[in-house]
Amino acid sequence: MSDERAGTAAQVSEAGPPMLGLREMELNFGPQHPSTHGVLRLVLKVDGERIISARPDIGYLHRGTEKLFETETYPMVVPHTDRLDYVAAATNNHAYCLAVEKILGLELPKRAQYIRVLLDEMQRISSHVLWLATAAIDLGAITPFFYTFRDREVILDLFEDYCGARLTLNCMKIGGLPEDLPPGWVERVRTFTEQLEARYDEYEDLLTENRIWKQRTIGVGILTAEQCIEWGVTGPPLRGAGFKWDIRRAIPYECYPELDFEIPTFPNADTYDRYRVRIAELRQSRRIVLQCCDWLLKNPEGEIRAKAPRVIKPVVGDVYAAVEAPKGELGFYLVSNGGNKPYRLRIRPPSFINLQALPEMAKGHLVSDLVAIIGTIDIVLGEVDR
Amino acid sequence: MADEPINPPPAPPGDDGKPPAPAPAAPKPAAPAAAKPAAPPPKPKGPIATDASAHPVVARLKEAIPDSVLSAKELVGQVTVEVPASRIVDVCRHLKEKEAFTYLVDLTAVDWKERQPRFDVVYWLHSFEKDNFRIRLRAGVADGEACPTVSGVWLTANWMEREVFDLFGIPFSGHPDLRRILTWDGFQGHPLRKDFPVEGIDTGAAIYPDRYPDGGGPAPDDSNRKVVS
Repeated sequence: MSDERAGTAAQVSEAGPPMLGLREMELNFGPQHPSTHGVLRLVLKVDGERIISARPDIGYLHRGTEKLFETETYPMVVPHTDRLDYVAAATNNHAYCLAVEKILGLELPKRAQYIRVLLDEMQRISSHVLWLATAAIDLGAITPFFYTFRDREVILDLFEDYCGARLTLNCMKIGGLPEDLPPGWVERVRTFTEQLEARYDEYEDLLTENRIWKQRTIGVGILTAEQCIEWGVTGPPLRGAGFKWDIRRAIPYECYPELDFEIPTFPNADTYDRYRVRIAELRQSRRIVLQCCDWLLKNPEGEIRAKAPRVIKPVVGDVYAAVEAPKGELGFYLVSNGGNKPYRLRIRPPSFINLQALPEMAKGHLVSDLVAIIGTIDIVLGEVDR
Repeated sequence: MADEPINPPPAPPGDDGKPPAPAPAAPKPAAPAAAKPAAPPPKPKGPIATDASAHPVVARLKEAIPDSVLSAKELVGQVTVEVPASRIVDVCRHLKEKEAFTYLVDLTAVDWKERQPRFDVVYWLHSFEKDNFRIRLRAGVADGEACPTVSGVWLTANWMEREVFDLFGIPFSGHPDLRRILTWDGFQGHPLRKDFPVEGIDTGAAIYPDRYPDGGGPAPDDSNRKVVS
């Protein structure tokens, strides 16, 4: 602990005034810094403004979620998963339900699959849009925040109309969905989604060719595809490094094979390309939402639940299931001992694992670039600390 | 052997599956005698594990490192290979370099409490080249015993092993930076062990720094340790 205190006022006065460029200094960045998006603390070793090393210190939000899982029956776990990546609750619910359904051997009715994918993709839009708002505001661009929150608000309202909650959705249950869609809901989703393309163009008008935005992001925080794989980094950072890999295509689940969408990639592996990947993913998610809406409008009736047993007691065994969450690969590793509670349920959190590559990305950059780099990984501390 | 009860842990499922069973049986209003026969019927409904030692990746692994494969099972298309903890680095290096499992998806542990060895360390490997094939490795580690680190094989194992060390208390020998990661330095105990109380322990350090000078909670044998409810 004491080495982390190095560079504090007490030590500096002992050693005399610091000479910039001649002496390394340790600097605490967070846990209260506004750009850390929660309670992330970084211990920086800096030479003047330049970062020599950055060491993330996490755990401020650790709630022992995995321990709690072991005390609750399988259906009771779902609301807890909302609190992991709390801006993308639907994909969390989905990943957990997939794991349990896999070990139960359940096949979902088509309609349930389409509704799930619809919710997932709306969630991806709202999560990416939130990322864009916060990442831009970190770099001093305030306007995108208002544009993006205007649109995110509509999505949250739609979620609220479906399941009653805006963030902690609890919108899936093992074997399907808790409720069928309210009347007229799909039409409203479709009407809104159709407008989104123009909204995305508005975001891009503000940023894509913006000189300041480009100067702050191009060449900043480079993490090549090889490095990404070595560090286990998935999601937009991997695709922003030109590596075309997405769980929705690689290990397909639900009805994704029936849907027409592309996996956008950009080659430069920097913050700007990760931004472009997310914008391109917004457009692809919009396409998926529209396809799901069309399918659901054509099939307004149908089962939304598989025949799941009333008391869920999976066979003895272990299983892993993953979804493409907005942040990367989100997986649940479930170990069952035949009881009605998970014996062990491990979350594979994309934010936690992507964050590990931050020191690699930050090395040699200026402190102000670090803000861009933290933003570009798109972490949610609820998922990092669990 | 493969037709025996579908078992992820080699020995215990019979003995180990039962001790926690009283809790699952409780919500059922049926008499305890009736609950017993009620348990088996769901079993055939679920997927069944099959022997996977003939799988090409497993076969090649066995050929390259003869004593590396203790058993291999497949459940819902996911292959699990039981390997001795002492050979884990060789196995991982072989799989990464010869079989192109370049991406370590996840590394975690499971506490089997009464079983010997007590813990399973679980590795989940992904190969981009082999059509996104994944394989799971499982190594038994006794309480207090160290598991060799694979952070030299995949950099991403670094934090994952720190987390396992923090929450399970499994030390990883050769790890470059083995410190707690989610709980704080000086914390007593390992929360994901089955004998750690769910309610938590009284970590009175913030209130009574003089009583708990190290910044952690009371030691397991400290009379001040109590369960907070």
